[in-house]
Amino acid sequence: MSQNGGSITKTRLRNGLEVRLKEIHTAPLISSWIWYRVGSRNERQGTTGVSHWVEHMQFKGTPDFPAGVLDRAISRDGGIWNAMTWVDWTAYFETMPADKIDLGLRLEADRMMSSLFEEAEVDSERTVIISERQGHENEPTFRLAEEIQAAAFRVHPYHHEVIGDMADLERMTREDLYQHYRRFYTPANAVLAVAGDFRTRPMLENIRALFKDIPGVERPEPQVRPEPAQRGEKRVTVEGVEETTHLEVAYHAPKANDPDFFALAVLDSVLAGASNLNMFGSGIPNKTSRLYRSLVAGDIAASVQGQLSATIDPHLYSIEITVRPDRTAEEALAVLDWELDRVVNEALTVDEVEKAIKQARALFAYGSESITNQAFWMGYSEMFADYAWFETYLDRLSAVTAVDVLSIAQKYLVASNRVVGIYRPKNGAQRG
Amino acid sequence: MAKVKPGLPSLDVRSFPGPETIRRRALKNGLVVLARQNFSSPSVVISGFLRAGAIDDPVGQAGLADITASALMRGTPSRSFDQIYESIESIGASLGFGAGTSSTSFRGKALAEDLNVLLSILEDVLRYPSFPKDQVDRLRSEKLTALTMRDQDTGSIAQLTFDELAYAGHPYRFPSDGYRETVGQLKAGGLRAFHRRYYGPRGTVVAVVGAVDAEAAIHAVESHLGSWSGGPRTPRPEIPSMAPPAETIRGRVRLDGKSQSDIVLGTPGPSRFDPAFLPAALGNNILGRFGLFGRIGDAVREDAGLAYYAYSSLAGGPGPGPWQVIAGVNPANAEQAIDLTLLELKRFVDEPVTPEELGDNQANFIGRLPLQLESNEGVAGALVNIERYGLGLDYYQQYPGLIAGITREEILEAARRFIDPDRLAIAIAGPEGAPA
Repeated sequence: MSQNGGSITKTRLRNGLEVRLKEIHTAPLISSWIWYRVGSRNERQGTTGVSHWVEHMQFKGTPDFPAGVLDRAISRDGGIWNAMTWVDWTAYFETMPADKIDLGLRLEADRMMSSLFEEAEVDSERTVIISERQGHENEPTFRLAEEIQAAAFRVHPYHHEVIGDMADLERMTREDLYQHYRRFYTPANAVLAVAGDFRTRPMLENIRALFKDIPGVERPEPQVRPEPAQRGEKRVTVEGVEETTHLEVAYHAPKANDPDFFALAVLDSVLAGASNLNMFGSGIPNKTSRLYRSLVAGDIAASVQGQLSATIDPHLYSIEITVRPDRTAEEALAVLDWELDRVVNEALTVDEVEKAIKQARALFAYGSESITNQAFWMGYSEMFADYAWFETYLDRLSAVTAVDVLSIAQKYLVASNRVVGIYRPKNGAQRG
Repeated sequence: MAKVKPGLPSLDVRSFPGPETIRRRALKNGLVVLARQNFSSPSVVISGFLRAGAIDDPVGQAGLADITASALMRGTPSRSFDQIYESIESIGASLGFGAGTSSTSFRGKALAEDLNVLLSILEDVLRYPSFPKDQVDRLRSEKLTALTMRDQDTGSIAQLTFDELAYAGHPYRFPSDGYRETVGQLKAGGLRAFHRRYYGPRGTVVAVVGAVDAEAAIHAVESHLGSWSGGPRTPRPEIPSMAPPAETIRGRVRLDGKSQSDIVLGTPGPSRFDPAFLPAALGNNILGRFGLFGRIGDAVREDAGLAYYAYSSLAGGPGPGPWQVIAGVNPANAEQAIDLTLLELKRFVDEPVTPEELGDNQANFIGRLPLQLESNEGVAGALVNIERYGLGLDYYQQYPGLIAGITREEILEAARRFIDPDRLAIAIAGPEGAPA
């Protein structure tokens, strides 16, 4: 009866395409995801944002599926489709009525190598992407996060935002985009994950027929410069006309495949509330977390949240605080530091660790309701580890002890390992 | 399999919620409970609403329904704020309340074994909130921070400005989260009085969907809320209708330091009770949703490259909710985006949609049902929708036929009834240089 009971079929086509299939027969739906190992991590100065822009161009048509045709065909069948670009990966998905998924699969096979990247489409998409970036820039928290990332990563390409720098968005050429596409959109650099109401054997035959003729080339060598250890606390300040003060404190964190990651996930849950790792579905509140109690119930902040993401290379663990108008960023930082000192000096209680594990268990159960979310995990986990990472996540979390958490707190939550970022209203508090 | 029309998806409608699988019971105190069981995952969702919304806010107290809803979980005589959230968070559950224009909604989720924990908290906070002064003071301060951020957000300010222009003299002109000036004045006593006056079992609906036997779920709700009394005794007065402005009116708010302007443009639309609602909804899909934002997305984003988002929305609801177009554009392109949108609106009221567009969008409306009804949240939302608008327990089974029966002429008629391209409200919020 359980949706999670089914095992997944893993295989690899001769051209290198990894395929993951899982039968789920609870609703007449199939969700198909294709994941490419390419994101802002694979970009260099001059073409930052190219991965995300390529993702946009993947909706602009191939000789067989001209732009509007795709959109119309999938929407007509009541499907949803979308794409997303992150630091380590770019993913495309279609969730459709079970008898219609063939269209989604054909489309992905086709646009793995046949997208047109017409000059006129590149030009018109340039202004769309600049507009997307300007929308982000409207948010003071985006402006702050961008500066923090740049300060945290001097050498590693996690330095820049996925959307890219404005200078590059203004100048990048059709050729830059197309080269990036040809280099990274290859079978050996992709994982196809399909879950839902199908039989594995015919589904696999269909996938083989659609994808087998795409030539296999070697997976592109990642040319990623590792970030050296930070040698002292960094501080950045962003000023603007918006009147609300924000504090974000970001620590260099372990990569997803590091055993420390699981202890940090428990710590995050106790400090700032359980992060919902599912792509779809709601989370749970954090009003009994330590930081909520001292900062929000302590009348310093209007909200606090933690942010830990699973990445290939070490990324950041961030704590984001919206400061109340009658308080300052310095007051919030003092309270935060007091709480962080506590977890560095004393072990968590057994109850706190158990609560974090129960919360993760519930979030995983909620995530299993959606076929789209299940297919998401089958590919997503492969981008920074493998599916076993997902399957064993709860067990590995359950194995975390209070002593483990104490030791990773001492290892990561030190001032020299962090960037403190403050967004400050330019003219002091002002009522409009 | 129900064959509705050649070329449209044929779905097994028996798998959708219907009279065979939905249990519905009206309790003696007037509260209505709906339940549907689903054992495919070990979780349960509760969802519902009660008849207290921003339209009940007294003059000068905009935001009262909203802060009352947010304050319910801040303490009761038997549980402190900490105890309430400890019970919920320690089992990985969630429960939250929020006030909209005409009702206060709630939603909770838990592992099925914990349904009773969730219901006992729901009972306690709905019936016996104590609105402790220190908690209300803190909550007000959080709300004021959120309002400060809202007032510097281009999208929110464009929407606020639109509501003031399109709903002059109508209760819909006020934002449900209020204003800094009004929320700053709201006190615990006012929240208590609002709760006493508007919260009660009559008009309240609770749906339970998940890995719990439907009959047992209804009993569980009854045992917690069956003895609840109080609240409004008379049916709520009808929400007034709203005519479009006599001629197009524009409003512009300057927000410095921003890179993008937001545009909200439109008119009061049909209520969910209006027979024109479904044709209008299908037409709206053609106008500004289908694929990547329909005709408006094609014109403003795909052809002109002016915006990352440009789409239309139809609110529905129990009153004349807005029918509007929303776009985020570079300030220099705002006028061009508005012009392109106006051309699309003119076309939308001048000529019927094409047979091809009609077929595509009917197929889309029907074909997406299984996805909408996939999760417990989706089904709970459907049950609440059925009860809120009196759609009938077989609504989702009838839905493919209802959609397939809509004609091009009905869509044109609905468009002409509600949209007059010369009588719109147009709001822009953005940096200096955005033309008025």
